[in-house]
Amino acid sequence: MSYCPNTNADRERMLRSIGVNSIDDLLTQIPEDLLVKRALNVPGPLSEMELSQEMSAIAVMNANLSEYASFLGAGIYDHYIPATVGAITGRSEFYTSYTPYQPELSQGNLQAIWEFQSLVCELTGMQVANASMYDGASALAEAAMMTSGINRRREWVVSGCLHPSYLRVLRTYAWAAGFDVRECCRSGILTDSDSLIAQITDDTACVIVQNPNFFGALESLTEMESAAHRHGALFVMSVDPISLGILKTPGDYNADICVAEGQSLGISQGYGGPLLGLFACKQEFVRHMPGRIAGATVDEHGKRAYTLTLQTREQHIRRERATSNICTNEALLALAASVYLCTLGKKGLTEVANLCLQKSHYAAEAIGRIPGFELPCKAHFFKEFVVKSDSDIRELNRGLMKKRIVGGLDLGRFYPDLQDHMLFCATEKRTKAEIDSLIDGMAQS
Amino acid sequence: MSEKTIFEQSSTGRGGITWPKCDVPTASIESLLGEDVLRSELPLPELSQIDVIRHYTRLSTTNYGVDTGFYPLGSCTMKYNPKINEEIARIHGFADLHPYQDEATVQGILKLLYDMQAFLAEIGGMDATTLQPSAGAQGELTALMIFKRHHERVGESRRHIVIVPDSSHGTNPATAARCGYEVLVVASGPNGFVDLESLKSELSGEVAAFMLTNPNTLGLFEPNIIEISRLVHECGALMYCDGANMNAILGINRPGDAGFDAMHLNLHKTFASPHGGGGPGSGPVAVKKFLEPYLPTPVVSCIDDSYLQDYDRPDSIGSLHGFYGNIGVLLRSYAYILSLGAEGLREVSENAVLNANYLLSRISAEYDVPYGSRCMHEFVASADRQKLHGVRAMSVAKRLIDYGFHPPTVYFPLIVSEAMMVEPTETESVEMLDSFADAMIAIAREVETDPEIVKSAPHITEISKVDEALAARKPVLRWNPSGE
Amino acid sequence: MNPKDLKYSSSHEWVKCEGDIAVIGVTDHAQSELGDVVFAELPLVGAKVTKAISFGTLESVKTVSDLVAPVSGEVVDVNAALPDMPEVVNSDPYGSGWMIRVKMSSPGELDDLMTSDQYEMFLQEH
Repeated sequence: MSYCPNTNADRERMLRSIGVNSIDDLLTQIPEDLLVKRALNVPGPLSEMELSQEMSAIAVMNANLSEYASFLGAGIYDHYIPATVGAITGRSEFYTSYTPYQPELSQGNLQAIWEFQSLVCELTGMQVANASMYDGASALAEAAMMTSGINRRREWVVSGCLHPSYLRVLRTYAWAAGFDVRECCRSGILTDSDSLIAQITDDTACVIVQNPNFFGALESLTEMESAAHRHGALFVMSVDPISLGILKTPGDYNADICVAEGQSLGISQGYGGPLLGLFACKQEFVRHMPGRIAGATVDEHGKRAYTLTLQTREQHIRRERATSNICTNEALLALAASVYLCTLGKKGLTEVANLCLQKSHYAAEAIGRIPGFELPCKAHFFKEFVVKSDSDIRELNRGLMKKRIVGGLDLGRFYPDLQDHMLFCATEKRTKAEIDSLIDGMAQS
Repeated sequence: MSEKTIFEQSSTGRGGITWPKCDVPTASIESLLGEDVLRSELPLPELSQIDVIRHYTRLSTTNYGVDTGFYPLGSCTMKYNPKINEEIARIHGFADLHPYQDEATVQGILKLLYDMQAFLAEIGGMDATTLQPSAGAQGELTALMIFKRHHERVGESRRHIVIVPDSSHGTNPATAARCGYEVLVVASGPNGFVDLESLKSELSGEVAAFMLTNPNTLGLFEPNIIEISRLVHECGALMYCDGANMNAILGINRPGDAGFDAMHLNLHKTFASPHGGGGPGSGPVAVKKFLEPYLPTPVVSCIDDSYLQDYDRPDSIGSLHGFYGNIGVLLRSYAYILSLGAEGLREVSENAVLNANYLLSRISAEYDVPYGSRCMHEFVASADRQKLHGVRAMSVAKRLIDYGFHPPTVYFPLIVSEAMMVEPTETESVEMLDSFADAMIAIAREVETDPEIVKSAPHITEISKVDEALAARKPVLRWNPSGE
Repeated sequence: MNPKDLKYSSSHEWVKCEGDIAVIGVTDHAQSELGDVVFAELPLVGAKVTKAISFGTLESVKTVSDLVAPVSGEVVDVNAALPDMPEVVNSDPYGSGWMIRVKMSSPGELDDLMTSDQYEMFLQEH
C-alpha cells in the first residue's frame, strides 16, 4: 500500500495532459546508467492488517517495562504519563503540521511553543528558553559551543560525573569544531571540585556540571560557579526537570545556561528516543542561543499573535555564520512536556518529586540493610543512588527479571573502577510492594 | 476569539491530576536533602484538567496539518502520515523499553533496527548506516564528521574547505562551519545545474567535501553527476548527498550508484513519519564501506543470530545522541517501508514525479518557471511576472490561504527571484492538484485585475499579517506576570 | 536623493568627513533593500576597523547584511540610540541612523570612495 490515491486512469489522464506517454518519459533527466534496474531488496508490501500482525510479533519479542517493576534510570526514566498528554499530542492538527513558518496558519503551534518556553523558564528559573533541542546530550554540546561563541575561548571544563553518553557527545562535537574538553576527577560519586576548579583558566569558555549527577547525587555547586565566573568563564548546568519540583533552580545558582533531558515530562522511554532537549539561558545571551524561538507580537489589527523570531541567528538566513545548524527541534514532544507540566501544575510536580525522593530513600535504606549490599557514599541524592554489590550483578539482574523486576544499571559497563556497583532509580511509579519485592529478590541472591 | 495563554487561565489551588498518598514511610524533605538546596517557590500554572484539555484543543484548531489539507511545501515532502504507524508506535512492546535493558530482553527492537540499517543502505546504494542522528541537519553534521575522521586517518587533515552550490539549503554551510570547515560556494549554471568549470576552479587538495542535493533544490536531477563525482574524487575530496529530495528517486536511482560516499535521509519527509509541528525527526546517515569504521557508536550488529549494540568501535567519531537515535520515528518508517515493499517505494517516486509535472504544466501559463517544463518531484516557479504588477511571491502565498491551501515554500532557493517551491507529493489526488492549480490561476488573474486583494491577503484567517519586525526588535519570548 | 556632501562605497555605506573623523552609516538604497531593521551589531569604542573588512552586521527580519568599513581607523564613538531604536536606520539613514565614528588612519582612502553623482550612476548600473 503506497497511499497514492490516483488510479491508472487518473495517471493516464495526467500523462496526456502533460503530453507524454509514460512516467518513464518524465525520468529522462536521469542518465541511463544510473537507473536502478532491479527491485530494491526490502521486504513487503504488506496490507495494513498483515503489517499490524507483523509489528505485534516483533513487539512481543521485547520485554516491555509496563509489565515489570523497573528500577532502571541513568538518563531515561519510568515516570507516569497522564492521559491528557496523549489526548493532545494525538491531535493531527498538531502532529501532521509543519514548522510554523506561516504564522497566520499556525497560531496554535506558535502559542504552544511560546508557552513551552515560558514553562521551561519557570521550571528552571532562567530568563529565556528556546523551542527545544533534539535531546539533553546534544543540548549540552550546543550549550558548550554557544559559550565558545560568546567568549571565543577554547576550553570546556567538565565534571567527571556527567552522564557518560553526554560526555561522549560533548567530546564528539568538541573534536569536530576544534574545542578542548577537560574532564576533571571524581571523588567517589561526586565531582572533585578542587580538581575541577584547578582546571579553570583564562582560556576556559565554560564549566559544566550535572545536578543531580549521573550517579543521582547532589553536587555542591556554589564554589564551582564562583570559580567559573571569577575566571570569566560561563557556568553551564545539566539538570533533571522532575527534581526541579523541589530543588533550587539553575537560575538560583547563577547558571548562564541550563540544559536538561525532558523525557521525564510526559514522554515514553521508547528505547531511548525521540527525546526532548530543554535549553534556557540568561537574557543577555539570547542572540547567541541556538534553535527556534517564538515571540509574542501583534497583527495588523493589534491582536495578540505569535511568530518565530530572531530567525537571523538560524541556518536558513545566516547559513555558515548561524548560531547552530539546527533545523528541526522536537516540537511535538515539547507539546507533550507542556501538557504534562500544566496537568500537574505547581502542586503536582512537587508531589511527584517528593514521591520519587521518598521511594528512592526507602529503597536505598532497605537495600543498605541487606547483607552483601551497601551504599558506598554518604552523598545526598534525589531519585537515584549507587549500591555496591558482593553478588554478581548480571546473575542478580537475571534472577530479578524472573520476578518481573528490572534491577539497577551495572555501572561496570561504563566505569572500570565501578565494577560491582549498580545504579538504582525509584520513581513515583514504584509501589511499596514492588520495592519490597526488589528487596526480597536481592536478599535471596 | 484568540486563545488566552495558559498562565492567564491559572487559578490558585487548581490541579489537573491527583497522586496516591506515599505508601512508604516518609521523612521531611529537609532531613533528606538539607535545607540549602530547596527552591523557595515553583511558579507553574494551576489548572483543572478540563481547562488544560480545552486550551490545547482550541489551539490545535488554529493549526493546519497534512490531515487538514494540501501542503505543497517544497523540499519538505508533506505526505500523508499513515495512522497504522501511530498505533504501532504506541504498542507497549516498543514504547516501554529502556535503552539499558539487558539486550536479551530487547531482541525484537534490535533486529528491527539492524534491518532498518540494511534497508536504508539498500535504498541509498550504500553499505552501512547509523540511525543516531535526530534530524537531517544532525545527519549532515555526522557525515561531515565522518569525512573529517577519514581525512585525518589518511593523513590529509589539511583539507579545510567544503564546497556547496549556491542553491543549497542553509543547513549545508551551517553544518560545515560546525565542523570547522571553511565554506566555498559554487555557482549554478543557467540551467540550474552545477557549473562544471566553476567547480573545477574551486577543487583542490584543500577541499574535504562537496555537499550536493540531488535532485537539487530546483527539483532537477543533476545530469553531470557522474562527472562531478569523478572530479571531486580525483582531487581526493568526498561526495556528500543531502537526501532531502529522496522522494523523487526511490527505487529509480540510488545516490551511492552516482558516486556519493555518504548521504542522509529524512525519515520525517520521505518515510512518512509525521512532522510534529517541527519535530521529532530522524536523519540516518548511510555510507560506503570505507567509511563504515567511523560511524557513531554504538551500531546494531548481529553475531550468531543474536543482536547487540556494538560499542567496540575504535575508529568511531563518537556519538551524536545520548542513546541510539529517535527510535519512535525509525519504527514508523520501518513500518512504512514494510507496507510499501520495493514496488510501493518505486510507486511513491513515480507518482511524486508525475504529480509535480502535472501541476507544473497546469500553472506554467500564468507563472514563470525559470528552469524548464520538466521537473522531478518538485518545481520552482517565480512570481516575477506578478511583481510587474506590484505583487510579490509572499502575497501570492498568503492569498492561497484564502483559497484554503497552505502556501508553498517562498524565497527559496535563493537563486530564483520571487521563488515559490512547490512539492505536491504522491499522496495527493488529481482532483486536489486541479483544485490547487485553479486557485493559482485565479490568483494570477486577480493580480492583473485587483492586485490589492492579493497584497492584503490573507483575509480569512483569525490573525492577519503579524508584525515580525516588532517581534525581532522587542522580543517577548516568555510569559511575564508583571509585564504581561 | 543621496546627500551631496557625503562619499559612498560600493557596499552602500556613506562617509561624512569631520576633520580626521569619518562618520559612517548605510545609504537609503541599503536600508530599503534590507527592509525593517531589527538589530545592529556594532563594534565597541576602541576597536579597529579596516577598509573593505566587515565591522558589524545589520539584521532585518529575514536577512542579515555585513557592514563593510569604507575606511580604516579606530572607533571613537558608536550610536548609542541604535540598540533601542534600530528602525531609525530606515527612517533617517543619513542623520540619526549613523552607526560609528572612526578616527581615520589613512585619510587617503577617502579618494577611493564615490561622490554622490558617481554613486547614483553606480546604482543605476547595478
